[in-house]
Amino acid sequence: MKLNRRVFMGSGAAAATALAAPMAFAGGHGKPRVVVVGGGAGGATAARYIAKDSKGAVDVTLIEPSRMYYTCFFSNLYLGGIKTIDDLGHSYGTMAAGGVNVVHDWAVGVDRDAKTVTLAGGASVPYDKLILSPGIDFVDGAVAGWDLSSQNAMPHAYKGGSQTELLKAQIAAMPQGGTFAMVAPPNPYRCPPGPYERVSMVAHYLKANNPTAKIIVADPKPKFSKQGLFQEGWGKHYSGMIDWIGDDFGGGNVSVDPGAMTVTIDGEVTKVDVCNVIPAMKAGRIAELAGVTDGKFAPVNAIDMSTKADADVYVLGDASQQGDMPKSGFSANSQAKVCANAVRGALTGSRVFPAKFSNTCWSLIDTNDGVKVGATYEATDEKIAKVDGFISATGETADVRKATYEESEGWYAGITADMFG
Amino acid sequence: MIALLACFLFSVQVSIREDGFLHLNRGTFFVLAAFFLTGMAKASGMGDPALGAAVFKKCQSCHQVGDQAKNRVGPQLNDILGRTAGGLEGAKYSKSMIQAGQDGLVWSEDTLDSFLESPKSLVAKTRMSFRGLKDPEDRANLIAYLRSFSKGPIGASNMQETGQGIDIKLDPSVLAMVGDAEYGEYLSSECLTCHQSSGSNDGIPGITAWPTEDFVIAMHAYKQKIRSHPVMQMMAGRLSDEEIAALAAYFSDLE
Repeated sequence: MKLNRRVFMGSGAAAATALAAPMAFAGGHGKPRVVVVGGGAGGATAARYIAKDSKGAVDVTLIEPSRMYYTCFFSNLYLGGIKTIDDLGHSYGTMAAGGVNVVHDWAVGVDRDAKTVTLAGGASVPYDKLILSPGIDFVDGAVAGWDLSSQNAMPHAYKGGSQTELLKAQIAAMPQGGTFAMVAPPNPYRCPPGPYERVSMVAHYLKANNPTAKIIVADPKPKFSKQGLFQEGWGKHYSGMIDWIGDDFGGGNVSVDPGAMTVTIDGEVTKVDVCNVIPAMKAGRIAELAGVTDGKFAPVNAIDMSTKADADVYVLGDASQQGDMPKSGFSANSQAKVCANAVRGALTGSRVFPAKFSNTCWSLIDTNDGVKVGATYEATDEKIAKVDGFISATGETADVRKATYEESEGWYAGITADMFG
Repeated sequence: MIALLACFLFSVQVSIREDGFLHLNRGTFFVLAAFFLTGMAKASGMGDPALGAAVFKKCQSCHQVGDQAKNRVGPQLNDILGRTAGGLEGAKYSKSMIQAGQDGLVWSEDTLDSFLESPKSLVAKTRMSFRGLKDPEDRANLIAYLRSFSKGPIGASNMQETGQGIDIKLDPSVLAMVGDAEYGEYLSSECLTCHQSSGSNDGIPGITAWPTEDFVIAMHAYKQKIRSHPVMQMMAGRLSDEEIAALAAYFSDLE
């Protein structure tokens, strides 16, 4: 559905009328209650915006097990030695001071009939609207020989924090001339350029500290995000270091042995020193427990991110199945604002504006060599649909690439301020 | 200017007399001229105001100078030489620019030269989102141009045509639109993924406290692809005139 301003004004008025009724149900138990599960780019943004914009008219509870949130975006720059782990960490103190009730616990169940969320600590939290933004979990058995019990030997490092630090330590401990292997994930997965930015940043580190080391990438995909830009950069900065084995060359036929530290690609066994396994992904488990997933992810309505399964349960970010947007922190943040506006409107009768979405993903190939890809999106009846987009060009000047990198730093400061206050 | 002319004549003569032996082409001449002028700019502050007018085009989406110049995104620049940094009444400044003025920064040819070379090196958190002029000749010429709008021994009261605005086709009714600030607040949330509400200006420019008209012109300039940033062209490209007005209304109120 394409909304022009006239249609939007009309539907806004209609919504305001219809919303006189929901105001009444809130009266039964005081203020309307929103529970948000997951304090990342989607959940933190949604919680903060609803609390901020409703000016206390809505009770907002954020359930997030971690006391410090380490962003997955920019974690590759930490692997490359360009950022520190402290650069990536954010606390929830400002958000709590801004009126969000921050509960550090795991959500372990959702009762959609009783409209409650159960916490690992035993508490049951009631909601009028539930927003799930749990990020990703890994599909069992996706990479032969690997499961979560092997994540210390072969880290995924695809959720920010201790896994990222582990992978960095393993790279630093590689013997001179050693081998770093990556098992890349199949589509769809979080941060499409992420594995390839990681390869670039690992190469950046190795070039300075271990210049005879090698990088092997086993990839189940025949092509990948920003491929031309990455491969141009790899040739320019890390010539001869990186061997990318796509699906056409058996990259999808892969198994690992975490005990022996071997990777078998299309029948060929290689002993490696570090192995970064990024398995196939699915929605964070709480979405599945809530019964709003269909297959690996949770189908949602593009207009407000409500699930197809339940109009009072919303899913944001990587866990959602929404259409054309890539799974990224930027996307989750963008979806959260549309969702927050709709949820607040439904609970308080405030104006609901048309959904607009956007995304930009920056990647760093080498120091000051940044590239980006982005697009705008709109809500249609079927999905979030792409409107317009752009991508950095190969052969750009060093000045353009440096400006792109500096822009990505500005974006990081911007989005984290937008998420956490 | 006389020196420049002499240099040019000299180079032409040389190329005629000794063609094939010591050939000075146009490029060589400009390198020599640049070297010469740079030396002069440092020594006695001589730049070419006519060439500076062309350099000023980089400034004029935010700054005006000349007769009837007004404060826009940045302060108007009449009498900039001798002005205390952050000291023009009615202009919007970063806290750090005001602080710099209180600490004694006054705009002279030398301080302007440093600032224009790398704004953030001189005033770290300036709102001026400009990467700087690396070419000393460009800076000398620009300063000469600005001097012609400043009181003082050279160029006093030499008011020329007002340098202003981006050349953009915009219906006056679009500029006159009164934006819906509440809708603007919602739309602004999309901007805030990158542009900080604090007005911070590192890597990505601050966009708070802009005059409404300038905001509208800038957004339409992106929409018409006159301003050249791919992300902004894309973001502005799908905003209606009403939506741009709404955003301008919201951001102009945000301090």
